[in-house]
Amino acid sequence: MKLTIQVNEGPYQHQSADSAYFFAKAALEKGHEIYRIFFYHDGVNNGTRLTTPPQDDRNIVARWSELGQAHDIDMVLCVAAAQRRGIVDDGEAERNGKDATNIAPGFRISGLGQLIEGGVQSDRLVVFGD
Amino acid sequence: MAEATKKFMYINRKAPYGTIYAWEALEVVLIGAAFEQDVSVAFMDDGVYQLAKGQDTTGIGMKNFSPTYAALGDFEITKIYVEKESLEERGLTLDDLQHLVWEDEDEDWAEKDSIRLVSRAELGDVLADQDVLFNF
Repeated sequence: MKLTIQVNEGPYQHQSADSAYFFAKAALEKGHEIYRIFFYHDGVNNGTRLTTPPQDDRNIVARWSELGQAHDIDMVLCVAAAQRRGIVDDGEAERNGKDATNIAPGFRISGLGQLIEGGVQSDRLVVFGD
Repeated sequence: MAEATKKFMYINRKAPYGTIYAWEALEVVLIGAAFEQDVSVAFMDDGVYQLAKGQDTTGIGMKNFSPTYAALGDFEITKIYVEKESLEERGLTLDDLQHLVWEDEDEDWAEKDSIRLVSRAELGDVLADQDVLFNF
């Protein structure tokens, strides 16, 4: 089955970020295809490489990066949500005159149309959040 | 778009302020309108407050985005479901909500009501009939 996953909550604050990761991993192990993972609302905070959790805790961002890169998953941070919350890639830094970037490997920033298109193209849209 | 049209529903369940869900959900609805799918929007639980008329946000320093709902008809979003029980549980009636309309081009642009007041059971049937549910 072809899936698009929407992640609406930030890492550590809310279990949705963990549940979405475990769901994605299990779906891939079962042979399903992940068309896209779209991060919205505070979910965009799953994509900052500056996160530094305590050493005895899971690294949620690194975990996403590894999964995404290992399976070549399209992991998209919503641009409007990312701008509000200070998640920046090279393009955004240049466009908005920011002095740094923080996007994590394997993620990209794009528009909400990518979420809608995920719903159009996939067999299921699976939403994680409150 | 070559693909067959899907039934998209955006479900709004949270109060308009306090969290950003309602505002960012509305942004999704507006962007999604460009994709020419069969779109409907539902308001239930505290989400019914999103449509309350006379919203004034000056005291909280946030943007009052409620006028945007009146533009949904212009985006060809004509099916807006409001759950009856959610209104009743909060002491609200349809009169407390904005009057949302759309213009039917097949009937000489006649103005028609967008809001469909449905029971919890009826809304359940509508949800079951959808292809894609966006839950905010």
